[in-house]
Amino acid sequence: MADDTSRVEFTREMKDTYTILTPNMAPIHFELIKNVFNSFGYHLDLLTTTGREVVDEGLKYVHNDTCYPALLSIGQLMHALHSGKYDLNKVALIMTQTGGGCRASNYIHLLRKALKKDGLEHIPVISLNLSGLESNSGFKLTLPMLRRAIAALTYGDLLMLLKNQTKPYELTPGESDGLVAEWIQKLTGLFEAGKAFTQREVRAYFEQITGSFAAIKTEKREKLKVGIVGEIYVKYSALANNGLEEFLFRQGCEVMVPGIMGFMIFKVDNRLQDIELYGGSAAKKQLCTALKWYFTKFEADLIAAVKKYPQFTPPAPYSHLKALAGDVIGHGCKMGEGWLLTAEMMELVESGYENVVCTQPFGCLPNHIVGKGMIRKVKNVYPEANIVPIDYDPSATQVNQENRIKLMLSVAT
Amino acid sequence: MKIGLDVGSTTLKCVVYKGNDPIFQEYERHFSQIAEKASDMLSRVMERFPEAGRAALCVSGSAGMGLAEDLGIPFVQEVFATRAAVQRYLPGSDVVIELGGEDAKILFLSGSVEVRMNGSCAGGTGAFIDQMATLLDITPTELNDIAGESKRTYSIASRCGVFAKSDIQALLNQGAQKDDIAASILSAVVNQTIAGLAQGREITGKVVYLGGPLTFFSQLREAFDQILGVQGVCPKGSLYYVAAGAALSGQGEEFDLAEITGKIRNYSSSHHYQSGEALFRSEEEYREFVERHKKDSVPINAPLGEDGTAYVGIDAGSTTVKAVAINEKGEIVRSRYLPNNGNPVPLVRDFLLDLYQRFPQIKIKAAASTGYGEEIIKHAFRLDFGLVETMAHFTAAKRFLPEVDFIIDIGGQDIKCFKIKNGAIDNIFLNEACSSGCGSFLQTFAGALGYEMADFAKQGLFAESPVDLGSRCTVFMNSSVKQAQKDGASLGSISAGLSMSVVKNALYKVIRVTDARALGKHIVVQGGTFLNDAVLRAFEKEIGQNVTRPSAAGLMGAYGAALFAQQRAGERSTILGPEELENFSHDVKSINCNGCQNHCRLTVNTFAGGARYIAGNRCDKPLQKRSQTAKYNLYDYKKQLLAAYKPCKGPRGTIGIPMGLNLFELYPFWHTLLVGLGFGVITSPESDRQLYLKGQHTIPSDTVCYPAKLMHGHIEALLEQKPDAIFYPCMSYNFDEHLGDNHYNCPVVAYYPEVLDANVTALGETKFIYDYVGPHRRKDFPKKLTGVLNKYFSGITEKEVKAAADAAYAEYAAHMRRIRQKGQEYMAYAKENGLPVVVLAGRPYHLDSEINHGIDKLICECGAVVVTEDSISGQVEKFPTKVLNQWTYHARLYAAARYVAQSGDPRVNLVQLVSFGCGVDAITGDEVRSILEDGGRIYTQIKIDEITNLGAVRIRLRSLFAALGLGE
Repeated sequence: MADDTSRVEFTREMKDTYTILTPNMAPIHFELIKNVFNSFGYHLDLLTTTGREVVDEGLKYVHNDTCYPALLSIGQLMHALHSGKYDLNKVALIMTQTGGGCRASNYIHLLRKALKKDGLEHIPVISLNLSGLESNSGFKLTLPMLRRAIAALTYGDLLMLLKNQTKPYELTPGESDGLVAEWIQKLTGLFEAGKAFTQREVRAYFEQITGSFAAIKTEKREKLKVGIVGEIYVKYSALANNGLEEFLFRQGCEVMVPGIMGFMIFKVDNRLQDIELYGGSAAKKQLCTALKWYFTKFEADLIAAVKKYPQFTPPAPYSHLKALAGDVIGHGCKMGEGWLLTAEMMELVESGYENVVCTQPFGCLPNHIVGKGMIRKVKNVYPEANIVPIDYDPSATQVNQENRIKLMLSVAT
Repeated sequence: MKIGLDVGSTTLKCVVYKGNDPIFQEYERHFSQIAEKASDMLSRVMERFPEAGRAALCVSGSAGMGLAEDLGIPFVQEVFATRAAVQRYLPGSDVVIELGGEDAKILFLSGSVEVRMNGSCAGGTGAFIDQMATLLDITPTELNDIAGESKRTYSIASRCGVFAKSDIQALLNQGAQKDDIAASILSAVVNQTIAGLAQGREITGKVVYLGGPLTFFSQLREAFDQILGVQGVCPKGSLYYVAAGAALSGQGEEFDLAEITGKIRNYSSSHHYQSGEALFRSEEEYREFVERHKKDSVPINAPLGEDGTAYVGIDAGSTTVKAVAINEKGEIVRSRYLPNNGNPVPLVRDFLLDLYQRFPQIKIKAAASTGYGEEIIKHAFRLDFGLVETMAHFTAAKRFLPEVDFIIDIGGQDIKCFKIKNGAIDNIFLNEACSSGCGSFLQTFAGALGYEMADFAKQGLFAESPVDLGSRCTVFMNSSVKQAQKDGASLGSISAGLSMSVVKNALYKVIRVTDARALGKHIVVQGGTFLNDAVLRAFEKEIGQNVTRPSAAGLMGAYGAALFAQQRAGERSTILGPEELENFSHDVKSINCNGCQNHCRLTVNTFAGGARYIAGNRCDKPLQKRSQTAKYNLYDYKKQLLAAYKPCKGPRGTIGIPMGLNLFELYPFWHTLLVGLGFGVITSPESDRQLYLKGQHTIPSDTVCYPAKLMHGHIEALLEQKPDAIFYPCMSYNFDEHLGDNHYNCPVVAYYPEVLDANVTALGETKFIYDYVGPHRRKDFPKKLTGVLNKYFSGITEKEVKAAADAAYAEYAAHMRRIRQKGQEYMAYAKENGLPVVVLAGRPYHLDSEINHGIDKLICECGAVVVTEDSISGQVEKFPTKVLNQWTYHARLYAAARYVAQSGDPRVNLVQLVSFGCGVDAITGDEVRSILEDGGRIYTQIKIDEITNLGAVRIRLRSLFAALGLGE
């Protein structure tokens, strides 16, 4: 049992006066979610720091063989604490905790260890989780908050997808990025006004958003289509993957990065899968089925909105991914990104993104199985698949990573 | 005219075409002065062809990327270029193997085109061969030549240069022949290429060898031919394929030659490499620094006392031999510091002979040896004492700074640090095989860039912006340097950067400090590497305080040994006298030990007078002496328990079980269950190196742990026995032992069967049952398993399964109970007899002697009783940990640590075995350490991988026992 007695709680009194520092992962999604939380009276500060200092702080405070995402997130937080920008008696930290069989469930404990090493153990650390792992009196995920957060995630998925599919072709450089910023602002305002998170509203905004991107003037350009899959943090975070999306964009590629909603459904569905494979309680089953249904509706609306415009490639629904995975890997394989990562590779190839960069932190345990371990099977099903696994860690150099990606791209042409 | 320029990691190659004919080609090392050398080369092209004003230019090669990008010159990826050239010159080729300075590539051209490049954790390339040649003190060409003379090859870990190096070091110290080692190095390169790159795809047909190493080293080609069973060709111009491909790729653009050459010459990278602060800002600062360190000196060339009393200490280290003789006052009378050239014995003989000659009146009262070669030197020259090197260093450091509380020693191969508390060694940090970017690494680097070590270091002293190279292993460091070169870092900045990275490596990788002030107040730094002022300065800067560097920094091991001998001296040393030395002889013979299934290759050293020293053994058996505790090894007992479940036949067919990972624990469960259902059960044989090699070609991820990699071999071996099915289920969850918050397996243990199914093609020949099962839910299990089994067999009823499962659960419980009981028994025995106990804590699969390399036996040899973590974890109640305690096996580690911490018996200690690449242990290691240290105990971790070098492990264990005041 993890030691809960000495844990510093985030109390109700702290809510009003404390700044909660948040490490960044997916910039669009996290910006939206931060705004949701702040509209409920919290003071979240989303860290956008990059560079060597973040890595160095991580190396100093985290066991160097721990995964890169832990090292970076903790590095980013410690760097912020040391920056002098925050009152160390009025600051809290937040970190997500998944509760799976992977090392990631331990990040929060590693963060507490880091604080302790530095004599900062009085700083409360909030676990953001849906598994009931830890609770805080001053930080409650209420239903209204959750509903907005879930909406925010799907908006994030949509904006990321549309930006990636528009930016390579836009006539006025910067227009797509500008539109993303515009929508983030607009959605934030809407959330604050208590709007834009019900199923019906979300559907309407999905259509508006898609329409606005479709209206951007573009021209047809020959682009190589590249998909990015991987461990969730490295896949999205430019800090971790050395600006992979930007790099591919500069190399003349159109990029597809599967969204976060699929991962959320996957995490819920895993519980159902466990019950099917090993047996389990009916009540738990009912709750998870309902949650899955709720998520899936958002997903369906997103796909429907994108489908209206033939120039966009919609993501495939979770159910399709699950069916694809079934041919090569067991649905019981659930730690980390589990079979979903394999399925994403297959789905990308199927929808024309035959070139895939599979990103992982160096030594990532689940990815030995579902990433590198499955490439051969994926290629058996899709001989045209062109996949390159890339490792990320504090010492892997950009030149080596880029050289390998270029190699993959040169095979594609 | 078309020009192709290939800027590799170490060399520059250029090919010029006129129409379809090459009219010029050149090759040179660029010593990281890329812009300069490239423009020189283009100038030579212009001189030769003054009529060509413009030409199409195309760049390739990893170090050319930055230059090409910034100057707008077209760039093609080197593998792409190779393919273009091969298609032109060698149509019909099936596979191209290209080894470069730091890259290794395989191109499959026939069938579906595929290219493979080495991952970021892989040596086995030209730089690796260079490094190994340096280690043997020969040129790479000589290495190739003597490899042709070899009679046998040893197995050398091939994954990474650092591992291979420790293997070779051990072989050298054991007296193996150089030519055999040379051949072994080349086969290691071949194995690395096959394991790392081919990944299951067969290399057959017309094979082409390209790149420097394969061009220059005939024996390397031979090794490839032999291991692959092919007859490969190394075409004319094999060095120039990338450059030619770049020229021929059709992607070149026309440039005005004079103009672009000028641009390249003036090119300074637009990128900025990460840099740190200069080591010294001024000459003045440097002088002060030198003055300050002058005062920590011990007289050298001191006279012998009147009666000629002397003490001798010899430190036969990994790359050097240090020897000193001291007088009664502890002053150094005579000292030598020499590269050991693979065999320390003749060097020590020369030293002693010289000593007797110079000081005919000398009366050696005692002599001691230490270091890797401690044993062989002690036996060869009949020294009085041997001591573990950590003790030797401590003894010497005390001499310079009696209040010393922290010692760091960076030698050729190792970093050793120890904390001193109350006059005894309190905590020891040794570098693990992966992070040993130490002294010899700096040396090799200097050599690669064309400098002598001392000159190279000087270059860095005043560099304004040293490159920040990170803090990982050598292989990573190489590519960091590559990146810095690309970004235009000067030689001085690289030199200073390397010195700093050695320091950071020691601080952040080995000792893992967060606060440098916490190291200690009285720090002594030593080891040859600290004689380098750049490294010393980098260290002081990094920790923010001044340290003591004894003038004899490079000799401290030997000096300490001499002092140790002095403290224990009798009237006269047993050391060989001048006559005996004159007639000294040393013979080396290799034999295979047949004492057990390990079949260790032993080197038998015979010295004049018949003294023998055997090395290479993993246990005491060939030495015919057994320690008292050899019988009290719970690892052996657990193996006996497993062996009791015999292979058998059954009416429903035979099921094969691969003996690895979690099956080491669950075998009694599955065996009972399957036999109960009427199946016969067979297992794969015990692991050994051969078994590993059998499966290595299907391993998709070269950074997964060794126990997982071994599974590939187990499957292959099992298939040879043709079972009707192979049973190896996936298991997300393990049994809940109520010690933690959850009871997962780690992802690799949970899902490795998926990897096997995806990558071991031969599994298609049989039924492979790798479904997901959950015996942790006993109520649901029989029903679920019935469903699974009926997918493969017919007519198995739930009732049958229920009965068989009940028996299986009972048997599993009995099995675990036997382990616990035996553990109790051994603990009691140790207590009664006052013997030390080591809880050798790991995972069930660490039982495999190919995985643990006989470390259990080594501990018994040291005189301790060995028990396992699972034998005592049950005696601890669930308790709070500082991490999420969610894996069954790991919960046992915490519990075992708690047990030791609370035992109150200083003779009971825990040593944790950690497989290299085990991500989970990055978390458990720290937690186990903190549980132990909270109880005032010493934490010892041993990292294990393919490596079989037990030298370092022995040092660790002996240091532990020495620190505890036990054993020895």
